[in-house]
Amino acid sequence: MGRELLLIEDEPNIIEAISFLLSREGWRVRSHSNGLDAVDKVRAVRPDAVILDVMLPGRSGYEILAELRAEPDFRDLPVMMLTARGQNRDRELAEQSGVSRFMTKPFANSEMLEAVRALVAAP
Amino acid sequence: MTTLNALIAVCLVYVLFLFAIAFVAERRARLGHVRWLRSPVVYTLSLSIYCTAWTFYGAVGSAARSGLEYLAIYLGPSIVMIGWWWVVRKLVRIGRAQRVTSIADLVSARYGKSNLIAIGVTVLAVVGTTPYIALQLQSVTLSFEVFASADGGIELNPAVNPDNTTAFWVAVGLSLFTVVFGTRNLDANERHHGVVMAIAVEAVVKLVALLSVGIFVVWGISGGLGETLARIDASGLGQWQVDRGRWAGIVILSAAAFLCLPRIFQVLVVEAGDESQLRTASWAFPGYLMLMSLFVVPIAVVGLDLLPEGANPDLFVLTVPLSEGQNGLAALSFLGGFSSATSMVIVAAIALSTMVSNHIVMPIWLRLTGGGASVSGDVRHVVLTARRASIAGVVMLGYLYYSLSGGGSALSAIGLVSFAGVAQVLPALLGGIFWRGATRSGAVAGLSLGFSVWLYTLFLPSIGGGGVLSDAVLAAGPGGIAWLRPQALFGIAGMDPLLHALFWSLALNATAFLVVSLSSFPGPIERLQGAQFVNVFQHAPGPRSWAGGAAQVEDLMIMAQRLLGAPESQALFRREARRQGLRGDLPEPTPTFLEALERELAGSVGAATAHAMVGQIVGGMSVSVEDLMAVADESAQLMEYSARLETQSAELSRTARQLREANRKLTRLSVQKDAFLSQISHELRTPMTSIRAFSEIMRDAGTLAPEEQVRFASIIHDEAVRLTRLLDDLLDLSVLENGQVSLNRRPGSVGEVLDRAVAAAGAGTAGRLDIVRDPTREEVVVDTDLDRLSQVFINLISNAAKYCDAAEPRLEISVSVDGAQVVVDFVDNGSGIAPEARDTIFEKFSRVAEHKAGGAGLGLAICRQIMTRLGGSIGYLPGRRGAAFRVELAHAARLAAQ
Amino acid sequence: MSGPDGTGPGRGTPPGDPATPPIFLERRSYRRRRVRDAARLLPVLGLLGWTVPLLWPLGAAAPQVSSALVYLFVVWAVLVAAGAALSVLLARGEVEEDRDRAARRAP
Repeated sequence: MGRELLLIEDEPNIIEAISFLLSREGWRVRSHSNGLDAVDKVRAVRPDAVILDVMLPGRSGYEILAELRAEPDFRDLPVMMLTARGQNRDRELAEQSGVSRFMTKPFANSEMLEAVRALVAAP
Repeated sequence: MTTLNALIAVCLVYVLFLFAIAFVAERRARLGHVRWLRSPVVYTLSLSIYCTAWTFYGAVGSAARSGLEYLAIYLGPSIVMIGWWWVVRKLVRIGRAQRVTSIADLVSARYGKSNLIAIGVTVLAVVGTTPYIALQLQSVTLSFEVFASADGGIELNPAVNPDNTTAFWVAVGLSLFTVVFGTRNLDANERHHGVVMAIAVEAVVKLVALLSVGIFVVWGISGGLGETLARIDASGLGQWQVDRGRWAGIVILSAAAFLCLPRIFQVLVVEAGDESQLRTASWAFPGYLMLMSLFVVPIAVVGLDLLPEGANPDLFVLTVPLSEGQNGLAALSFLGGFSSATSMVIVAAIALSTMVSNHIVMPIWLRLTGGGASVSGDVRHVVLTARRASIAGVVMLGYLYYSLSGGGSALSAIGLVSFAGVAQVLPALLGGIFWRGATRSGAVAGLSLGFSVWLYTLFLPSIGGGGVLSDAVLAAGPGGIAWLRPQALFGIAGMDPLLHALFWSLALNATAFLVVSLSSFPGPIERLQGAQFVNVFQHAPGPRSWAGGAAQVEDLMIMAQRLLGAPESQALFRREARRQGLRGDLPEPTPTFLEALERELAGSVGAATAHAMVGQIVGGMSVSVEDLMAVADESAQLMEYSARLETQSAELSRTARQLREANRKLTRLSVQKDAFLSQISHELRTPMTSIRAFSEIMRDAGTLAPEEQVRFASIIHDEAVRLTRLLDDLLDLSVLENGQVSLNRRPGSVGEVLDRAVAAAGAGTAGRLDIVRDPTREEVVVDTDLDRLSQVFINLISNAAKYCDAAEPRLEISVSVDGAQVVVDFVDNGSGIAPEARDTIFEKFSRVAEHKAGGAGLGLAICRQIMTRLGGSIGYLPGRRGAAFRVELAHAARLAAQ
Repeated sequence: MSGPDGTGPGRGTPPGDPATPPIFLERRSYRRRRVRDAARLLPVLGLLGWTVPLLWPLGAAAPQVSSALVYLFVVWAVLVAAGAALSVLLARGEVEEDRDRAARRAP
């Protein structure tokens, strides 16, 4: 399929796990671990989908997502958010920011794969 | 001479008897046996000083000269007393409420404590009373002469030269008695029990004497009641011939005088006890008067019958028994007259001396001595001396008048002149207690005009031509102005001189009083007093007994308590009492103390009010105590209330501040707790995510390269360790907080602990942090749990490693000894911790930097718990460039030394 | 402003309430007031009695002094007796009043 996915996450072990999983599904996974220049990274890479952690060094996932949605190019970009805090407030904040999907850590690998498939399948 | 000598002996015995009575009464009062002394009977009898020698001798004389006219003199007072509910009751109530000392005091108190009015009334009273005292002296002298002439067989001669020596010694004796029993106490309000008792006894003596003579005349001489009446009708007095104008005028005049005479006022108001006494006296005193006048006409008729033409009818009471050979009865009669004269002089002297000393002598003395500032010691002494001197002065004035006037004129005439003089006070008195519109100016105008008219139309003419007013002035008026003739003002001639004077003086007096009152405006004190006087029954809080000599100080105390507060003023008074060398808690009201007290009070109510209050209580001249008490109460309440409000509002704002503070802290803590829960969740879920993902990969993926397997397994392991560490921290904190930790104390040097801590922390931070230490100063021995201390140090070092944001991070660790404390400072060269965060960094869930994840924010909380357990402390050191923490711990050697 | 006596329909009046004294008390206090009125009236009567001599003719038609004397002293004695009676009544009234006041103060 050769589609490209950008993983914005600061925990190296989690990057490794997701990259491993998605690359076996045919995704080209690129990762980025800093919140401050995450939007530039998206502009540069122009990925087909983004997985975005909430707690990032420098800038929170919500802010990054809000900025992305403000740009016409990324209005429909599929973005899935990951959070380790798992509180309802986080989900609300994510939905307000215009998230496509929302997933709580820890997750089952099958869930992750399913979510990514659904993410790109939906318009 | 035997009769005369016997009489003098009887007289002396009688006087000694009176002294004894007064002494015993005084003693019993001192011991507290006052019930009998205050009985209504004694009160009623003391009122009998209305019946002086003028009554005793003069009534018979008057009846012999002008028929039943004398009766009118006793009808007026009878009506006043029968109608006590109208005026007397109110006067007595006011007298008690205002602690009045004399009629001058009452009138001046009503008109704003005007000293001018007090002086005016005093002068009026002295002028009006002096002839009256002279009259008493004359009667005693005359009665002596009666016995002397009877003894010597000399024909009775009314125009005999007055024996000045008798009058003189009588005056001296009376002065002595009055001084001894009339000035025992400073407080003029206090009852003079001795004096009152003595005059009560004298009242009985004179009544018994007159009744005895009367009974002797009716049944002994005339032979029964019917015969007596027939004899009266047959005599020259046989028909009703009373001048109608004089009848009405004298009833009114005697009623007015009864209210205004200083001596009557003294016993009626000043010495009054309670209302029950008054209630009894209201009928008993008219009864007494009735009995006193009952036999006057029979005695007069019989005297006219029996005695030769030209005999002095004023002495019939004595001469009729004498002429019948009844020497014993005559002696009793003499004692009755003597009693009448002496009791009048004694009470009049007390009343006048109080007025003179309070309203004339004391003000002058105070002015001369500069208000007591230059005089140390006791004013009481001065007041008592003034009062004693005044007594002697008043009596001697009477004696002088007697010896100068020659004592020739008819007794009764002097009495009525005197009555008309004191009656001038009536408009101001009645207006003052019934009409709130009465003003000081009105009173002054009425009094002065009335007094002047009385002097001009009655008093000066009564002295006779050749006195102040010449015969020419009397006949033709001053400078020949006919309408100013003293006994025919405005050309109305032919009137009875007494009625003429009475009418004009009272009419002009009352008119001036009313007109000036209506057209002037009262001052504030007057208005206050006016309300107090007129509405005395609404104000007065029930009966209040006269207090003893300590009353003044007690009043001061009460007032001071109201203004200064009870403990303060009690302390003030006790201190002063000690300073004066007294045992109790109440000091003497010395000028020094009053000044000090006034200053104290001035601090509460201002100088002017304090002066007025103290002045009032110690007998100065200003507003009434009652009112000032009310004012004091009010202002004290207001002050207390506002003080309470202030405290309350201060307390409220303090509480509010504390609440706001607590709320802010709670909010911060709650936010921190939420953040912490998120953080814990994050910290737990993050390693779990990796563990779960890789364990599923290893389970599900069939084909994994061996190196992949190893790598994934080691990731799982690392994350598991991370989880364990987090859980350890939480457990550690929980244990520390619950105090379940067991300490492993042992001595060790701080340097060694630091070495281990640096090594342990360095292992995790890759040695990026440059640590600066001074090993020579680290050789301080502490006795504590070295592992726990090391844990604190590790935490601080790794914090510095994590959070120090300098380009070349550097941590300086310095050790110093401050007294018994070992101090270890950790100072880095980063940007430090923001001030607003400093007080929360030691809280459990705190994290300094949100996104620089490292721990769960438990490190410093654990450190603080550890240091608390170790008996030391950890705190943030403000004022350093970077983040700075100070650890303090007890010194081992010092600890041992203690 | 309704004080303690502003009793509404729902509020019962406790016995001994100062606002509603019992009837017999009213009657007694009425008596007391009339006694005081009498005390005020008595001196007026006395004055009237003693001004009667002003109406007597003078000169030849004047009454005998003995009867004048008897008249004046009879008035006097009556006044004294009436005053004594009134003072007893007044004293009794005062005692009663004190008792009533004390009773009203007590619950």
